[in-house]
Amino acid sequence: MKSKNNGKDFCIFALPGLFCFIAVVIIPFVYGVYLTMTDWNGVSAVKNFVGLKNFAGVVKDAQFWTSLLLTFKYVIFVVVIVNVMAFGIAYLLTRGMKGQNFFRAGFFTPNLIGGIVLGYIWQFVFSRVFVSIGETTGWKAFEVSWLSDPSKAFAALVLVSVWQLSGYMILIYVAGFMGLSEDVMEAASIDGASGWRKMRSIVMPLMMSSVTICLFLTLSRAFMVYDVNLSLTAGAPYGTTEMAAMHVYEKAFTSRQFGVGQAEALILFIIVACISGIQVYLTKKKEVEA
Amino acid sequence: MQQTTVGGTKKKMADALAMAGLIIIFAAYMFPFLMVVINSLKQKRDIIKSPFSWLFTIKGLSFDNFVKAFTQMEFLNAFKNSLIVTVSATALVTLFAAMLAYYIVRHKNWISNLTFALMVASMIIPFQAIMIPLVSIYGGTLNILNHRITLIFMHTGFSMAMSVFMFHGFINGNIPIALEEAAYIDGCTHSQTFFKIVFPLLKPIISTMVILNALAFWNDFLLPSLVLTDKELLTLPLSTYSFYGTYSADYGTIMAGLLLCVIPILILYMVLQKQIINGVVAGAVK
Repeated sequence: MKSKNNGKDFCIFALPGLFCFIAVVIIPFVYGVYLTMTDWNGVSAVKNFVGLKNFAGVVKDAQFWTSLLLTFKYVIFVVVIVNVMAFGIAYLLTRGMKGQNFFRAGFFTPNLIGGIVLGYIWQFVFSRVFVSIGETTGWKAFEVSWLSDPSKAFAALVLVSVWQLSGYMILIYVAGFMGLSEDVMEAASIDGASGWRKMRSIVMPLMMSSVTICLFLTLSRAFMVYDVNLSLTAGAPYGTTEMAAMHVYEKAFTSRQFGVGQAEALILFIIVACISGIQVYLTKKKEVEA
Repeated sequence: MQQTTVGGTKKKMADALAMAGLIIIFAAYMFPFLMVVINSLKQKRDIIKSPFSWLFTIKGLSFDNFVKAFTQMEFLNAFKNSLIVTVSATALVTLFAAMLAYYIVRHKNWISNLTFALMVASMIIPFQAIMIPLVSIYGGTLNILNHRITLIFMHTGFSMAMSVFMFHGFINGNIPIALEEAAYIDGCTHSQTFFKIVFPLLKPIISTMVILNALAFWNDFLLPSLVLTDKELLTLPLSTYSFYGTYSADYGTIMAGLLLCVIPILILYMVLQKQIINGVVAGAVK
C-alpha cells in the first residue's frame, strides 16, 4: 500500500517544504560559493570568472580583519558575561521565593523586541540620559556620550547585548535548575556537602546540558550580531565598532564588491561553525546524568 | 531544636539578600523602558533639560508625540504589512514543515535520509552567508524582490530546517503508528489520515513552533530590508528604521514611535506569557 502511493505522497507531503528549503537555502548557498570566484558588482549582467582573486582581496582587506578581531573580543565578553549573569540570576530565582514567574517574565522582555528598536532605545539612554546623569552628578564616566568614544562605544554594545540576551538564557538555566532532582540534592546535604562544594560537585555537572545549549546560542548569536550594531552605533565613531557581519553587508551592498563580500561571509561562517562545533564537543563531554 | 532556628534565620537572611539583589538588577533591566515611557510624553525642550523627571516640565505632558509618530511612521500600514507577512509565513511553515517531517518519519528511503541530513547540517549556516547570493538570484536573475509574497516565501524557506527538525522529533516520539494503521483499515487516504488523525495530535509542538517562528518573523530586520524597499510594503522594523533616520533629533516623537512598536508585542506577551515562555524553553532545549 505504501510503496504504491509513494510518488504521490512525496509530491503532497514532502515537496512544498522541500522546495522552499532548497530554493531559499541550498541553491543560494551553493551559488554563493560560485559567486566568490566572480567579480560581480551587483548590477552588471556580466560576471567574469576570477578564480581565487577575491580571497586574495579578503587577505588585503585590513578593515575585515580588524572587524573580525573586534568581533572575537565582543563575543568573548558577551558570552562570558551573559552566561555568568544568567546562571547567577537563575540560581537566585529558583530558591523558592515569591514572584519568581514575574521576574523571569520581566527579564525575558527584551528578547521579544527586535534589535533595531532595542538599539534605538539604548541610543537615547546613552546619549541623553547618561549624559544628563553625568551633568547633574559630575561623574566623569557619564559626562560625554559613550557612543562618541571608540572603547566606550564598544562597552555600550556589549552592555546592550548582555541586556538583550541574558533573559533568554535565564529561562534555559531556570528550566535546568528546576530539573535538578530533589533526591540528589538531599543526598548531597546528608553526606555533608554544603554551599560551594554542592555547587561545584553536584549542581555544575548536572547543569552542563543547559550550559551547552546556552553557550551555543550565545556564541552563534553574538558572532552574527547585526541589528543592534546597526541601530546603536552603526559602526561609529569612525567605523571602530563595525562587527564582522556588518562589514560583510557594507562590503557587498555599499562598496558593491559582492565577490569579496561573499568570500568574507563564507570565511565567517566557517569560523563560527568550527568554534561552535568545538564548544558543543567540549561541553557535551562534561555532561553527566543524575 | 536550636540549630534549626539558627539555620532558619540564616536562610531567611540569605533569601532577603537574594531578593534585594534581584530587585536591584531587575530595576536596572527595566530602566531603559521606563525612560522611553517617561520621555514619550514630553516635549523636546523638557527632554533635553532633564530626561528623568516627569514632574517640573515646562510644557507639560501630552500625547502629541504619539499622534505625530503614528502618522509619520504610517504605523497602521506598517503594522498591517508585518501582520500579513508574519501570519502567512507562520501558517505556511507550520503546515509544510509538519507534512515534510511526517513524510520523513514514515518513509525511510534515501530521499528522506538525505533531506533530513541536509536540513540538520544547514541549521548552522548563518543568514549572512546566504544573503548576498540570495539578492543576486531573486533580485537579479528572477527580479521578484519588492513583493510581500517573496518575503513570505523566504521566511518559510529559512525556518523550514529548524521546524522540520522539531516536528520530526515530536512525531518520532509521540505519535504511535498504530493509530494511522487503524485509520487506513477504516478506509482513510494518506491525506485524510494526516489531516484528521496526525495533525491534531501535533498541537503541543505546533504551538511551540508558531510562537518561535512568529516572533522571529515579526522582529526580523535584515531579510526584509534586503527584499522590500517600496515604502508601501515596509514592515514595522523597517519603518522604524527609516522613521528614526528622518526624525532622530526629535526625541519625544522617536520615543513615542518606539513605544508604539513595543506595545503590540507586550500586550500579546501579557496574554500568552506562559505559552511563550514554555515555547521558547522547549525550542531551545531540543
